Amino acid sequence: MSLLGCALVGFFLLVAVAAPRLAPPPAGSRDPYLMPQSGYSPDPVLPSQEHRFGTTEQQYDLYYGMVWGARTAFKVALSVVGSAALVGILLGGVAGYRGGWTDELVMRLTDVILAFPDIVLAVVIVAVWGPSLLHVMGAVAFTAWPSYARLMRGDVLSVKERDFVTAARALGASDARILLRHIIPNAIYPVLIVASLSMGRTVITAAALSFLGLGEPAGYADWGQLISLSRNWIMGSAGDPFAYWHTVFIPGAAIFLFVLGWNLLGDAARDILDPRQK
Amino acid sequence: MLKYVLKRLAFLPLVMAGVTLLLFACLQFLSPEMRASLYVRDPRQLNQMEAIIEKYGLRKPMPVQYGRWLKQVARGDLGYSETAKMPVSEAIGAFFPATFELTLVTFFPILAVGVALGVLSAVYKDRFLDHASRFIAVTGYSLPSFVLGLALLMVFYGRLHWFPPGRYGLETDLLVHGAGFRHWTGLLTLDCLLNGRWSAFADVVKHLVLPACTLLYISVALLLRITRSSMLEELSKDYVRTARAKGLPERAVILKHALRNALIPLVTLSSRLSIGLLGGDVITETIFDFPGIGRWGVQAAQQLDIPGVLGSTLLAAGLFVLANLVADLLYAVVDPRIRVGS
Repeated sequence: MSLLGCALVGFFLLVAVAAPRLAPPPAGSRDPYLMPQSGYSPDPVLPSQEHRFGTTEQQYDLYYGMVWGARTAFKVALSVVGSAALVGILLGGVAGYRGGWTDELVMRLTDVILAFPDIVLAVVIVAVWGPSLLHVMGAVAFTAWPSYARLMRGDVLSVKERDFVTAARALGASDARILLRHIIPNAIYPVLIVASLSMGRTVITAAALSFLGLGEPAGYADWGQLISLSRNWIMGSAGDPFAYWHTVFIPGAAIFLFVLGWNLLGDAARDILDPRQK
Repeated sequence: MLKYVLKRLAFLPLVMAGVTLLLFACLQFLSPEMRASLYVRDPRQLNQMEAIIEKYGLRKPMPVQYGRWLKQVARGDLGYSETAKMPVSEAIGAFFPATFELTLVTFFPILAVGVALGVLSAVYKDRFLDHASRFIAVTGYSLPSFVLGLALLMVFYGRLHWFPPGRYGLETDLLVHGAGFRHWTGLLTLDCLLNGRWSAFADVVKHLVLPACTLLYISVALLLRITRSSMLEELSKDYVRTARAKGLPERAVILKHALRNALIPLVTLSSRLSIGLLGGDVITETIFDFPGIGRWGVQAAQQLDIPGVLGSTLLAAGLFVLANLVADLLYAVVDPRIRVGS
């Protein structure tokens, strides 16, 4: 299973790295993430010689969108989980180590952010900042850090009672040094496991925001947006309900496999690092 | 114990204050002119923007604005939701029953299927059944609801015409809003039965099937995983070996001894799950055009209908705090080792 996860993530990584070769941007394109458009007809077109995966609504080339969308997906997954985990580790670490009002402040803030249902807070933030991929990433990271912070705080609370911390303090190490060099490295593993497990979820959340129309304007290579372009075509044409199957199936399969790959990898990481599962 | 409950209940207004403060802080990113436009309902008002900004104190510092809003809420006025085209309190009354109904028909199946598959998966570890249910779990966890929802609609609505989106069809719409239909509970399935309208009942059930299946498949995964790992942990403990050694049938060992202890971690999880569902699953409700709290909240957020966002979020946040309280109390009931307050 974990091999399958490696293979899936590896495959998408390869696609993302080789994007300029697999789907060269048309000459004179100012941004390679903008999908080339052939015509403006609303009806999607089935896969053909010219368009390997067919086109979507508004004639965006689906193959091009899928290939460059893999880059977008990696960009989103790594930067959102990375920044949210970093903020969570630092704030949770400081809260656990300092205790007192610092702890109280950080924990109450996490309570408030976690009390928002589903993706509503992220939607509000993007609606206020204006729709763009960067804002989507910022908003998802903002709603994700509290989970890491709470986990980190709990670990720090148990680690800081251990003897090596007392020893470091006896040697005259500063608070910052104790926290950064002694406590955090010893308390970080559970957070890293959860971070690797939440990679897939994060991609789904960001894609859901794009799906709701909060991402880049139409034409940006982003899987969530490509799926939202398929929403009007699920009924197919008269007499052929599956006439536009490719508009749902191709981007849907890509997101699913990408997330599945990360989840299988995350499971493997947990099995290796968490001895209770054995 | 009572002291503990009261302390947790006092926590509720604090979280709500925090939630609303955070939303107000977000709003400060908008210019006073943009926020004033939220109050404009008539094009003729557009040349009076300054007057509106003045009237609602939109240039004042945030705490002042927040104080004004609190006063308004204290009078029982949650404002007017532009997306729902009705006052917020009425909108909650209109949308919440739909979400509540969807929650009722999905929560117990999720619980039953998740626990059953999790237990079977642990008992038959590394056999076919285990692999099959782990497959269900990992695919359910990886499939975005908007992809699953669109695929289901394509097959069961586009192709087979079995299960349409929305909450009811045209005929039921006329019926439930017509004279002579009494709304006993607000739950349409029950109301249709109580009014003796069988075809309308069938229609409402038909509309519930697809969103319910989507939520079931997506949510069962987490429950299954936790049940499985908790069950595996219990099955490796000494008391299970003792029970087996004294010759108890395997069935009794699993159901009476291990399962009871394995269910403890599920208390929090299932209360969180019920709250997630009651707060409205934004994407599922949007895909199936199901008029619940989640769809309203996200529409309000997209169109910056602030009273709507505040209303739907306050409801969900309140439920969230209550559910955590219930979970803590249930913990004390199911696990005698936990004695609150001591």
